[in-house]
Amino acid sequence: MSVFKVFDIAGSGMSAQMLRLNTIASNLANADTIATNENDVYQARHPIFETVMQAQGGNSDDVATVRVREIMQEQTMAIPQYRPNHPLANDEGFVFSPAIDSIAEMADMISASRSYQNNIEVLSTVKEMTLRTLQMGQG
Amino acid sequence: MPVNFNNAFGIHDDALLLFERRTQLLSENIANADTPNYKARDIDFNAVLQRAKNDSVKMRTTNKSHISLAQQAYSNDVQYREVQQSAADGNTVDTQKEKAAFAENAMRYQLSMNIMSRKIKGLKTAFRGE
Repeated sequence: MSVFKVFDIAGSGMSAQMLRLNTIASNLANADTIATNENDVYQARHPIFETVMQAQGGNSDDVATVRVREIMQEQTMAIPQYRPNHPLANDEGFVFSPAIDSIAEMADMISASRSYQNNIEVLSTVKEMTLRTLQMGQG
Repeated sequence: MPVNFNNAFGIHDDALLLFERRTQLLSENIANADTPNYKARDIDFNAVLQRAKNDSVKMRTTNKSHISLAQQAYSNDVQYREVQQSAADGNTVDTQKEKAAFAENAMRYQLSMNIMSRKIKGLKTAFRGE
């Protein structure tokens, strides 16, 4: 019964979106993390999604689920700030902060949460349909 | 009046199979809404219905290990959706459209379910003869 596969499909979508939300949370939380060395600065992380086609035995119905292929780190230049009194300042008086675009991250967060909600809606609709199917002809 | 159980449900038992398959496809589209290079897929309900109307010759399954033609046929009806607005990452899912199609499909499913439920009730009443 292919309706039960929907639970796997929507579940994989939810878990991928949740990982995306996690990376956004990391990026936002580290937006103000300062480092002495340019190379030690936090780099924004972004998940790359990928479709997994699972061939089903017997008939040719395949199931397309989602998974996170990898989490990419951005390679952006750190922003130097001249703060000679900062305890982490280097010899020249600079500290480095990550180039994280908080507004873009917030927009990405809204997009991820909408996609998550869509998957939940699919799940609850299918659950309702399945329960009704089980009660067919009763009462 | 002879009661023929093969025809008792009309097209609705076959239709449920199709709606089930479509539910799966549309949920795949929604789950892959943010996946690069994913191409949205769907089944054209009207085309399948039209073909079912025209098909006068039907294959019978006389053994449990036979595969019903209906189930296989829907696999061949799966098509990629036409792109209205292409995304830079190669994804062709229009979430709003997919949600609307999903809702429509769920309604059709429930309609067929309700009709089948009522037919079963009708048959039960007929058996009791009350």
